[in-house]
Amino acid sequence: MSLRVERAGLLTTVQDLGRHGFQHLGVMVNGAMDELSHRMANALVGNAEDDATLELTLSGPTLRLGCDAVIAVCGADMDARVDGQPLPSWRPARVPAGARLEFGRATRGARAYLAMAGGFDLPPVMGSRSTAQRGGFGGFRGRALRRGDVIPLRSPEEAHTPRWVRLLSRARRGVAYPSWSVAHTEVPMPREGQVIRAVPGRHWQTFTLKTREQFAGVPYRVLLDSDRMGYRLEGLALAAPRGGDVLSEGMATGAVQVPPSGQPIVLMADRATTGGYPVLAVVAAVDLPLMAQLAPGDQLRFELITVLESHALLAARERQLARTAEALRAQLA
Amino acid sequence: MGDSALVVEFGQRVDALVNRRVQAAAEYLLAHPLAGVTDVVPAYAALTVHFDPLDVLRRHPGHQAFDTLREAVAAALARAPAAPRRKPRSHEIPVCYGGSHGDDLAAVAEHHGLEPEDVIRLHCAPTYEVHLLGFVPGFAYLGGLDLRIATPRRDVPRKVIAAGSVAIGGEQTGIYPSATPGGWNLIGRTPWWLFRPEADPPNRLAPGDRVKFVAIGVGEFETLLKAAN
Repeated sequence: MSLRVERAGLLTTVQDLGRHGFQHLGVMVNGAMDELSHRMANALVGNAEDDATLELTLSGPTLRLGCDAVIAVCGADMDARVDGQPLPSWRPARVPAGARLEFGRATRGARAYLAMAGGFDLPPVMGSRSTAQRGGFGGFRGRALRRGDVIPLRSPEEAHTPRWVRLLSRARRGVAYPSWSVAHTEVPMPREGQVIRAVPGRHWQTFTLKTREQFAGVPYRVLLDSDRMGYRLEGLALAAPRGGDVLSEGMATGAVQVPPSGQPIVLMADRATTGGYPVLAVVAAVDLPLMAQLAPGDQLRFELITVLESHALLAARERQLARTAEALRAQLA
Repeated sequence: MGDSALVVEFGQRVDALVNRRVQAAAEYLLAHPLAGVTDVVPAYAALTVHFDPLDVLRRHPGHQAFDTLREAVAAALARAPAAPRRKPRSHEIPVCYGGSHGDDLAAVAEHHGLEPEDVIRLHCAPTYEVHLLGFVPGFAYLGGLDLRIATPRRDVPRKVIAAGSVAIGGEQTGIYPSATPGGWNLIGRTPWWLFRPEADPPNRLAPGDRVKFVAIGVGEFETLLKAAN
């Protein structure tokens, strides 16, 4: 029951819904950047939504299956192939032992999620299997996967496994699929000039009116040195408020920080727990998955909404997701 | 702080009394968790309370998640004591200064027109106080640095800094608990571990703790490092 890494890809890490409750010790949250695709991939193979998946970044890995497995890929399109044959995303597939699972470059979106029915047999650290790269713990040995790594898998538990997964896993040979799939429009990928919604940040009022007006509307481009810690944006420089740095305090994922250069940095899943730049705005939780799918070079614009609107959008999306999850459970249940 | 966190401000500057109130509030909220709250992060003068908006909305249908939580936090903080219950601990941390363990010691000395020995003496003299844990797991921001050795951060941060490195960044000093990038000036290294996820608690230093540095030689560093691993 294992998965062998033949080619690591650009950055392949084990992630779940993050490590919560330890930020007061400086422990970062980590977790899947695109939480929606992660949850959908898990739902498709009958896992709990906080089971670990592999997060593949921009250029995916090549993996060899040590056992029969039911898998699902969601998120960015990375030209997934099983023994050379295209593997469709957004639907579960039974893949036989010995199969080579190959991913290419992301063409739409930046991150894909690979879920395995049963999940990965890795110990949770402080309640999570997410990789804490900066701390060197969690996930697989606290680091990104490398060539030659063998990742142990858990077998799906009969009791908790949907019937379609059981049926699939009994398919005689080769790759097998159920007759249905989830519409990929359930989890939108960014378009050119994607609009990202944000709410006013903690230091919003200390920025000049002009800066506040400029922020929403002008185009920004994602720079090359953007990563899981933060997205560095390039565009119209925003005037930092007088006084410059603020006292370091607890930060939020999605915080749009304005350093003295005026080029904003959006904090992402691997952000430090605290920070000392003024926070102009915070990306709405409902749009963090979209933000996470932006690749270096992509353009975006910010649109300002209220916290109330943000919560309403989030609740509406969760209702939609719950309907999809219900439909999935109903399949052959 | 956005749609999933709120910040309680206790003051606007680094101040021991304000910091203690922040710690007391964090301690209280961690000991008496509020429904929907996922993390409580004390800093110098502010407390950040992270929450799951969906969880709060589910518990209070028809209400506004942010207002509901703000009221709950305010009510809890009204009950919180002004000083933390936890008694601060004192630590004497051994540090091997200079050489290959403190690449920037000479530069820090030169910056201030001092000898490296002076920097070591001035760094070992004060009793520091842990103001907050942040940046990476177990990184303690220490207050109380002698301003005669306060040194601006490096223009270009290092890509990797060895675990245990003792450094000066502006008017603060601290220890890098794990190998990370960083922009502070490295003056020495401790063989102690500062953060181990499997330990209980995983952090060796906690907010409010007192720290003194004790200079040790290379030989003792190696011996202690072996004993620690």
